[in-house]
Amino acid sequence: MLEIIVFSTLNGVLYGMVLFMLASGLTLIFSMMGVLNFAHASFYMLGAYFGFEIARRIGFWPAFFVAPILAGVVGALVERFGLRRVHKFGHVPELLFTFGLAFVIEEVVQMIWGKLPVDYRVPPSLDFTAFRLFDTTYPAYKMFMLLVAIGMFVALLLVLNKTRVGLIIQASLTHPNTVAMLGHDVPTIFMAVFGAGSALAGLAGVIAGPAFVTQPGMAAALGPILFVVIVVGGLGSLGGAFAASLLIGLVQTFAVAINGSLADIFGASAADWFGDLGTVTVAQIAPIIPYFLLVLVLIIKPTGLFGTRET
Amino acid sequence: MSALGKIAPWIILAILLAVAPFLFTSGTSRTMLSIMALSIIFALSYNMLLGQTGLLSFGHAVYYGLGGFVAIHAMNTIIRNKYAIPLPVIPLIGGAAGLFFGIVFGSVSTRRAGTVFSMISLGLGELVASSALILRTFFGGEEGITTNRSRLAPFLGYKFGPQIEVYYLIACWCFICILLMYAITRTPFGRMCNAVRENPERAEFVGYSARMVRFIAFSLSGLFAGIAGGLAALNFEIMNTQSIGAAQSGLVLLMTFVGGAATFIGPIIGAILITFLQITLSDITGAWLLYFGLLFIIVVMYSPGGIVGWLALHEPIYRVGQLGRLVPAYAINAIPLIVMIIGGILLIELAEWALVKAESDGPETSIFRIPMSTNSVLPWIAGVVLFFGGALALRRTWPLVQDAWGAALARLREQPA
Repeated sequence: MLEIIVFSTLNGVLYGMVLFMLASGLTLIFSMMGVLNFAHASFYMLGAYFGFEIARRIGFWPAFFVAPILAGVVGALVERFGLRRVHKFGHVPELLFTFGLAFVIEEVVQMIWGKLPVDYRVPPSLDFTAFRLFDTTYPAYKMFMLLVAIGMFVALLLVLNKTRVGLIIQASLTHPNTVAMLGHDVPTIFMAVFGAGSALAGLAGVIAGPAFVTQPGMAAALGPILFVVIVVGGLGSLGGAFAASLLIGLVQTFAVAINGSLADIFGASAADWFGDLGTVTVAQIAPIIPYFLLVLVLIIKPTGLFGTRET
Repeated sequence: MSALGKIAPWIILAILLAVAPFLFTSGTSRTMLSIMALSIIFALSYNMLLGQTGLLSFGHAVYYGLGGFVAIHAMNTIIRNKYAIPLPVIPLIGGAAGLFFGIVFGSVSTRRAGTVFSMISLGLGELVASSALILRTFFGGEEGITTNRSRLAPFLGYKFGPQIEVYYLIACWCFICILLMYAITRTPFGRMCNAVRENPERAEFVGYSARMVRFIAFSLSGLFAGIAGGLAALNFEIMNTQSIGAAQSGLVLLMTFVGGAATFIGPIIGAILITFLQITLSDITGAWLLYFGLLFIIVVMYSPGGIVGWLALHEPIYRVGQLGRLVPAYAINAIPLIVMIIGGILLIELAEWALVKAESDGPETSIFRIPMSTNSVLPWIAGVVLFFGGALALRRTWPLVQDAWGAALARLREQPA
């Protein structure tokens, strides 16, 4: 039992940190530009596929550095030549643009790399056991992922709070017009933030690709969870996104580890009372728990856990 | 407007619906017409939210799918117990289910408008779609639930075995639903939906609760989506979990937006066009979903009003008789545009063949009925030249359209309507 708790906590924190790598970029893009980027998880997928392709040809470490940059460049180009044009029509067309983009990226990825998962493996240099606890081993690669995620988190905090760039970004979160009047080039800041957010998502993809599955459906599977994270955390709140990422990471990981069902509590007759619900295990409903959480939070506290703004 | 002017479009619609299966007589085209008719209801129900009330939903297939599933279970129950309920009533059962779930989920999601509403609708859509995979008894797992419509009690002697009889059943429902949904837009409630879309704060000052207006619009939209789902159940005689998921929700958004959400007729055109493309394109090319995505992005970027919205821009120009001015400019621009599209299609088809099919079928293919090989450089160069050449030429010729529009608008200002 203790074993399950320890490892589920580790895996849950890890999954939560990966979620936060995406959610932080999404939150920055959203609060700054007002755009809810539907295609954010697609950049995560692009990062994973770029990483796979570079790792296959050159090696994992070049991929680790180059793939996020590539994803960031694609993101910046999308902002410059797509989103900026749609911006003048309002928020709904912007949202729809990213929705269409997510669709196109998935189709293109499917065309280039096929519909089946690709064989993106853990690099040999990280393919060993980190530690052994209660006769269960924990892979070093997952510790590496955790370190990268924490490193990114610290770097993000430092950049936002200690540097001039971070100051401008924070200012244009709340007062974009004032920032423009002070002589800063707001469109370029937007492009840079969108590119940086995409690069962060790409980095998450590069490191998560070997640990999870790299397949064309990975963006569509993660995207909605990401929205749950930033709504539950509170729109536009980085701290909220962090808390919600960990919460959802832990809840989902623990749910997968629990094999109980209503039939275990009420006996075999549960199937008669609840139908399918009686025999479904907690592990089976793990995928829908985040959405329950979303609905619950929106009923109780519509601004999310730490949010202050309405839309 | 005279009484005849008001009724005329409806008579034309009824005639079109009645005559269509005689113009397109093959089995596949009659099936396609049936799907078009029920898609029209689905898209119009979606536009009650997007166009009329300004609510962008990413989970509208929930009400369509649940309506369909309830309808198909109702059909099976009727068959099993030999109730004397005929087939034409079934869509009402689907509609009731859609309305019920619209009320339940609407009470949660319509508290807020804008981006938050969109995300809740997405979350609810995922919630229902994932639940559908778990609740196998009701949703039938991967195989889905099947039925046999011809085993219901006959209606006026019809057993609805042949597709043509089903088409007329769907067409009748389509006509009724279009009429009802249009009527709703003309009521004070329909106007309040527009007011809530434009400015919820002022709508509240007039004395209406914006949330209540959104809630009623959402529930009614669920009702009509459920009717469309019920029609789908009796048309396909099968419902599976795909019809409830994100892909179906995306499809109805595509139909509505490409057709034009700002007008009543837009979603109708969109439903017809997208259904046609869906059925024909998927036979022609493996990259048809990519074309759908690109079509959507292009409409969002260049004509956010959709096809009908773009046409409607010309209405005031037409009224002052200046449409003739635009025709030559459009004609000149059409040439590079078509060249560019041909180049783009050529490149996508070559890439699709080279990446997906060349491995099993070899590099030889034919695009636009011209045989070519993906291994030779020539077709690729041709594609690049056509695409970028067209794009460059279009940049040169586009000012003609701008000038023509400028001149036409200047004339419009001279002649106040």
